[in-house]
Amino acid sequence: MTSLEPATTAAAESATPPRRRTGRPEWLPAVPFYAVCGLLALLFVAPVAWLVVSSFKSSAEFAQSPPTLLPTTWSLENYRRLLDAGLWQNVTNSLIVTAGTVVAASTLSVLAGYGFARFRFPGKGVLFLIVLSTLMIPFQSIVPSLYVILDALQLTNSRLGLVLVYTVFALPFGIFTMRAAFAAVPPAIEEAAIVDGAGSLSALRRVLLPIVTPGVATVALYAFFTAWNEFLAALIFTTRQQQYTLPVVLANLQTGAGGTLNWGVLETGAVFAALPCIAIFLILQRYYVAGLTGGAVKG
Amino acid sequence: MAVPVLTGRRRRGSMARRQRMGLLFVAPAVLLVLGMFVLPIIVTAVMSFYDWSLLGERRFVGLANYRRLTGDDSFWHSLGFTTVYTVIVTAALLVVGFALASAVRHRRRGVGLLRTAFVMPVVIGFATASYLTLWLLDDRIGIVPDLLRRTGLADGNVSVFSSYPSALTVVVLLVVWKTVGLTMLLLMTGMQAISKDFYEAAQVDGARRIRVFFSITLPLLRPTVGLVLILTVIGSYLAFDQFFILTQGGPDNSTIPVVYLIYRAGFIDFNLGYSAAMSIALMVILLILTSIQLLLVRTREDS
Repeated sequence: MTSLEPATTAAAESATPPRRRTGRPEWLPAVPFYAVCGLLALLFVAPVAWLVVSSFKSSAEFAQSPPTLLPTTWSLENYRRLLDAGLWQNVTNSLIVTAGTVVAASTLSVLAGYGFARFRFPGKGVLFLIVLSTLMIPFQSIVPSLYVILDALQLTNSRLGLVLVYTVFALPFGIFTMRAAFAAVPPAIEEAAIVDGAGSLSALRRVLLPIVTPGVATVALYAFFTAWNEFLAALIFTTRQQQYTLPVVLANLQTGAGGTLNWGVLETGAVFAALPCIAIFLILQRYYVAGLTGGAVKG
Repeated sequence: MAVPVLTGRRRRGSMARRQRMGLLFVAPAVLLVLGMFVLPIIVTAVMSFYDWSLLGERRFVGLANYRRLTGDDSFWHSLGFTTVYTVIVTAALLVVGFALASAVRHRRRGVGLLRTAFVMPVVIGFATASYLTLWLLDDRIGIVPDLLRRTGLADGNVSVFSSYPSALTVVVLLVVWKTVGLTMLLLMTGMQAISKDFYEAAQVDGARRIRVFFSITLPLLRPTVGLVLILTVIGSYLAFDQFFILTQGGPDNSTIPVVYLIYRAGFIDFNLGYSAAMSIALMVILLILTSIQLLLVRTREDS
């Protein structure tokens, strides 16, 4: 696990003498600081941790009143019931849609970021403005027509349809990030490759791509979280349970098959939806944080 | 903005040709944005002039949808509710975000772990977090009502979603829990970018901490606070998942944000035309709000 430190500030701070840079005493002495912050951190982490632990209760114990803190007997009943109910299909849907979005958004962002950062072509300013405008106008306000368009293309109830929608969600941030990443690379590096006879595309692939990998990681992460967690579009653009992604199938479980809600199964479904995000965040948080805060510093 | 461009004196013709290749690189992304974003905006605008059923029938009705919108109490109520929600969420996020950012901005043992803990909920989906909340707050099996009863803060039923103030409070708490990590990160990065000289000068002058915050940190953070404001306001105006799952618009339709109304009109009542008119209204409102905020940040920065 890497520490949560934006790459940019980490570099800036290591350049200054390590201790007491401000010359000010710590604003809170150690004991109250760790007591308060520790409690707060618990408040952020405990609900999810308890959710995961509780998913190993039996379905009956999960629905018991008052709730038990730890499972009296550890059981996989909720998981078995969930999979019996056909959850694999929805996990697969989520995986395919997310993988498709990550690949499409990263590839298109790299290409467009390269194009916008390194080339001068007619209409460039207008095209970049169009891409950026997607940041200003939310997708939620084009839902009615997006449905009609997808329906006409027979892309409702389709994983490809969702991939297209989510890719467009992720593109503005992706292109913005990749354009900045390419702009930060000295042009001399790829000029050398091009003088050696490489084309633009092969210069991009062999020389530039390894340098901008951190940027690509940020874009891929952002696309992952977008696609894995998105609810509204998936709710509207899929109407058959076999096509639902995880968040939407949970809404179905909430209504309850046959009118009765099985809490253990619903919340175990929430574990399926939450854990991949948390795992990936813990492993790759450096890129996530650097990407989100990078834009903030530059303004 | 300065964009480094390959420029060579020699081979001007082939250079120009090479430059034009940039169009090829941006084409796939731009085409997708045009097809799946720009075109839908235009189509939404067109649809708003039609009586357009989800089942396919459509009839041109001119401004009828907009006329209906101006007299639609549920729309104005929803707009008012969304605004109230946005103001509360934005204020809460800024206050808590500032507190957390001040706590973890300096290097200190274990601070990395604290930051990780505060940011972790950001990556969980709103829908997922809502299902989690639903369970924690359930009157019968939830831990929160249980604790409230044990500590004597409540007795009998604790049904948080049956009254407007408590339903709204729960949603605000959920949103703060889930997103304040991002606010904290942005503010923290902004704080760390402020030159230490300012603080040293303030210390020499013997300024008090509160004074330092209001006279140095806050003014120098304006661009960051502006960014946080824009992100939070847009995000809050678009709230949907948490209301759809937790309050389901209740009690008595008092917690229906605009996007929920758009969803209902289009996909429950099958009236895509009216849904489109509301969408256009939301789009215009957001564009105005964002422009105002951008202007505020700009002019303050310049002066």
